[in-house]
Amino acid sequence: MTATVSAAPRTTTADRVEDSAVDVAVELRGLSKVYRSGRNQIQALDRIDLVFTRHSFTCVVGASGCGKSTMLSIIAGLDQPTTGELAVNGNVGLMFQESALFPWLTAEQNIELPMKLRRVLKAERTVRVQQLLQLVRLEGFGSKRPHELSGGMRQRVALARALAQDADVLLMDEPFGALDAMTRDVLHHELERIWQQTGATIIFVTHNVREAVRLGDRIVLLSSRPGRVVDSFDVHFARPRRIESPEVGSLSIAVTSRLGQEVARHGADVPT
Amino acid sequence: MALTFRPDESADNTDVVDGAMSDRAMAADVDETGAEAVDELGLVERELEAKQSDDEVASELAGLDALDQLELAKGALALRVWKSLWPKLAAIALVLLAWQAVIWSHWKPDYVLPGPRVVLPQLWHELGTGRTWTAIGSTMRRAVTGFAMAIVIGLLIGVAVAKSKVLRSAVGSLITGLQTMPSVVWYPLAVVLFKLSEGAIIFVVVIGAAPSIANGVINGIDHIPPLLTRAGRVLGARGLPAYRHVILPAALPSFLAGLKQAWAFAWRSLMAGELIGGIAAISIGARLNNERDLNDTPGLLSWMIIVLIIGIAVDSLVFGVAERTIRRRRGLGI
Repeated sequence: MTATVSAAPRTTTADRVEDSAVDVAVELRGLSKVYRSGRNQIQALDRIDLVFTRHSFTCVVGASGCGKSTMLSIIAGLDQPTTGELAVNGNVGLMFQESALFPWLTAEQNIELPMKLRRVLKAERTVRVQQLLQLVRLEGFGSKRPHELSGGMRQRVALARALAQDADVLLMDEPFGALDAMTRDVLHHELERIWQQTGATIIFVTHNVREAVRLGDRIVLLSSRPGRVVDSFDVHFARPRRIESPEVGSLSIAVTSRLGQEVARHGADVPT
Repeated sequence: MALTFRPDESADNTDVVDGAMSDRAMAADVDETGAEAVDELGLVERELEAKQSDDEVASELAGLDALDQLELAKGALALRVWKSLWPKLAAIALVLLAWQAVIWSHWKPDYVLPGPRVVLPQLWHELGTGRTWTAIGSTMRRAVTGFAMAIVIGLLIGVAVAKSKVLRSAVGSLITGLQTMPSVVWYPLAVVLFKLSEGAIIFVVVIGAAPSIANGVINGIDHIPPLLTRAGRVLGARGLPAYRHVILPAALPSFLAGLKQAWAFAWRSLMAGELIGGIAAISIGARLNNERDLNDTPGLLSWMIIVLIIGIAVDSLVFGVAERTIRRRRGLGI
């Protein structure tokens, strides 16, 4: 595929994708995003070509300014690409660094809302909410409001809410970035389990390389300003992995030094 | 899946990676290298221990959750009520004392400015008569009608202005201007438009209250955290459902602050309207005029106290309670 692109609108219909490859959940073709403010323009993403196969777990790693969040926003349909094409096969759910739960709703009502918006019947909603609470191990906390829950619990409610959209593709924007290390380790395990149980396709953005190696089937390395795909690592270690394990550690070193090279390039550009 | 490690092999690749190496090579090399070195370090055993079962993780998670759920016991109801009540009672006592002090100073003769010992029994007597309650009833009916209309109008204008850039630059500052304008100024025009009728008084109440409500809505929508709107959009809230499920609930605290302020404006406008109204129907304003005409100062002061009490009661019992409930639910402190 060449980088010549037409500024095509986002194709949410599955037909296109299914023509080319059966198992593609998300495909980005020559996707660029330029932000303009007055005379300045910032190239956030530069001709990104990425394919996310169904049921895969991809971690996107990069230093700040690499357009990770922009990429997720575009895939989620919150933002439009400047040029290039996007094909998404199925429903998309998005999780933020902060839980973004609605503070006026209880945990249950938060999980129920996306189903309400899709006009799922009340009886069905109630059953599904209980199933999802069980899945994230929060039975008994359904009537709590977000401020009564810890950061880790809030993120699990947010995960359940994203799954309540029947999300085939789950976009996660540094979802565990604000949590303490112990909670994060447990939630890595939980996310892995839930991913295996639901068969969702996960695109997980993080700046924590170890976290990426702990979780991903594949790690995509983005450069900063403009955001380009500079490298990609497949991870074949058996699951469940541990973040402290030596193989995770050693691959992390490899990824980190590759990332370091990329970041150092920017230092060289700085005028003295 | 090209490679599935057994637990005792999965630690084998420690020394495979160097900085420039990519995983594709690594995946192939893993099996042959490093096994002995790892054994010497005892990493194999560690790796075996490291495999946590789902159950272990689940109980660890339950422990973490429980640690976060410390609840502070609430005190007894009577104690809490007393704690919030005594400062108010003390304040009332202080005001009465200051009033009595003025009387003791003989600044004005008693028939011009009577003291609490005359006025309070008079007030008690007034509250025992049916005429008083008829007057309060008809005034409150006007207040409720006018306020309800102000809510509908203020809400519609507020949402429209918050969402339309053109409308905002056109009427945004006009709303604040209206808010600062004493609404009694509208009364003569209202009389021309509606004659000497209920309509004229309610018009003044609406025009007094609606700008504050609209401003509350605009403020509330302007200050919704963008994260919540984005979350709403991802969850599929667009158009009217977005207002119902995301935007209006998110703007509710500010809307309520607007209502509270609007009530103060509405109550003032209503009293002003009734006082200069010249409408024969019995009402608080009419009674105040009546007591002045009769030179009945104890009666006049009793009615002033009634006006004060109603204003405070609506503010604290209706809006105060609603505000506290919402703040508590959202964990916004007290």
